[in-house]
Amino acid sequence: MREEEIKTRKRQKPQDGTVAAQITGRPFWSGTISFGLVSIPVNLFPATRSSRVALRTLGPDGEPLKRDYYDPETGGDLEDSETVRGYRTNEGKVVTVTEEELERLAPEKSRDINLRVFVASSEISPMYFEKAYILTPADKSGKAYRLLAEIMEYSQRVGIATFVMRGKEYLVAILARDGILRAETMRFKDEVRNPFDIGLPKRKRPSSAAIENFHTAIERLAKNTLDLDEMRDKYAERMLKFIQKKRAQQKTVGAEHPRKGPAEVVDLMQVLKRNLSQGQANRE
Amino acid sequence: MATRAIWKGSLKVGSLDVGIKLYGAVKDRNAHFHILEDRTGSRVRQRMVRESGEEVAHKKIQKGYEIEPGTFVVVEEKDLERMKPPESRDIETLRFVPSQEIGNEWYDRPYYLGPDDDDDTNYFAFVEALQKSNAVGIVRWVMRGKAYVGALTTQDDYLLLIKMRYSQEVQPSQDLAPPSGPALDQKELRMAKELVSALEGKFEPAEFHDDYRERVLHFVEAKAKGKHPRLPIIKERTTGASLDDQLTKSLAALKRGPEKRVA
Repeated sequence: MREEEIKTRKRQKPQDGTVAAQITGRPFWSGTISFGLVSIPVNLFPATRSSRVALRTLGPDGEPLKRDYYDPETGGDLEDSETVRGYRTNEGKVVTVTEEELERLAPEKSRDINLRVFVASSEISPMYFEKAYILTPADKSGKAYRLLAEIMEYSQRVGIATFVMRGKEYLVAILARDGILRAETMRFKDEVRNPFDIGLPKRKRPSSAAIENFHTAIERLAKNTLDLDEMRDKYAERMLKFIQKKRAQQKTVGAEHPRKGPAEVVDLMQVLKRNLSQGQANRE
Repeated sequence: MATRAIWKGSLKVGSLDVGIKLYGAVKDRNAHFHILEDRTGSRVRQRMVRESGEEVAHKKIQKGYEIEPGTFVVVEEKDLERMKPPESRDIETLRFVPSQEIGNEWYDRPYYLGPDDDDDTNYFAFVEALQKSNAVGIVRWVMRGKAYVGALTTQDDYLLLIKMRYSQEVQPSQDLAPPSGPALDQKELRMAKELVSALEGKFEPAEFHDDYRERVLHFVEAKAKGKHPRLPIIKERTTGASLDDQLTKSLAALKRGPEKRVA
């Protein structure tokens, strides 16, 4: 990708549901999971969030700035209606594409994840995994939800489907863990490389003494579980500490430009707990 | 066509060293657009402006963290530099855990580790030892000023390093209680089990396509040739019957033969 390439501003759909769900507590997507003729209404919430400390771009006196398009020839501002998207073909030809054309190409809104096939969970390489979500029962679907979770967990199967979420098509695995249904969006096959695409050298036969050395090294470092402490984002922690220190010293800017603040951030954990327990009320 | 390595380093497994090169395992297949001026077809530029529309020169721009609505703590470039992790060429192995200990939500983005040109004996010895162990290595490294955590496993006969999410980024799920309710109906459980096993198959990633992305790419390529392709229409489906009824009908449909399978 070219560095000067400008990311489109016209359709800034959130790539990741974390922010939306944390601010509103509303599901990122609602629909049904179906297999055969069985259909289970569910809500989908993100299972991850970003630890990145997001910084805003400010002017010299602490005023938040916004991005603007302009014409390099005249220096004049350009409204959204005065711009169009251009696509460069492999031959270097530039084709313009209108918003209307893209909307017509967009997948029709669908509210269903139709599980076409159930596969052994061990068959899917984690290199396909992109983003994780937690599913909660909706519309009194508690019984069907529990039924599917029970069967999938017991048989160690994962349901595979494609579905449309927020105008984009996704390959998804539906899996069950500890009675909870989860969704994992996955990369399509043409998005991942295999070792032969990379051109890695042919395997050479290692000596059994060398294998044994590594075997011993692995054994020595073997543990039963992850240690969450060694997996922390320490950079984000340092940043937040630095920010809090400057705040305590009252080294802040921009207070004279108050603006409408973001809605209070909701605790996603509480949202998930509430939504998961809603299936309990169901006594069909 | 061979892919270029994006980083070169040394993988430390206990006291052992493996010279490695790191390669991206993800290909970006999306259609990327430039923003053009509608009237002239020329590229537009971006600038940062105040609410009033007044431009702010690049060197006067600063970055800040919003601690309260409208109030910021300024973070300077030199502050960011100071907080960066120290540069290193080592991938440090912290531990090896059984693969089932790592839930899907931890995995972020895959990379291949290939052997370094002049040192590949240790590489293939480690691959073989790791394959036999059925364990996944948890590693840490610094690349281009950023610290990463990763899961080290194998793909075919090569090392696969998957960047993991940091522990603050994963919703702790041990505190979540699954939906509960009265005991599930044995007949429904049996039918659901039968239905799931009737739909059992192999994971064939080649069978699934991002139709939207492909439609956009075909469309722009066709347009470049002066054509205007027509667009397909996708149908929606609806359901409504009781769970018992849905299971019974699904199984009946399956027994009638695969061509009658619910679309």
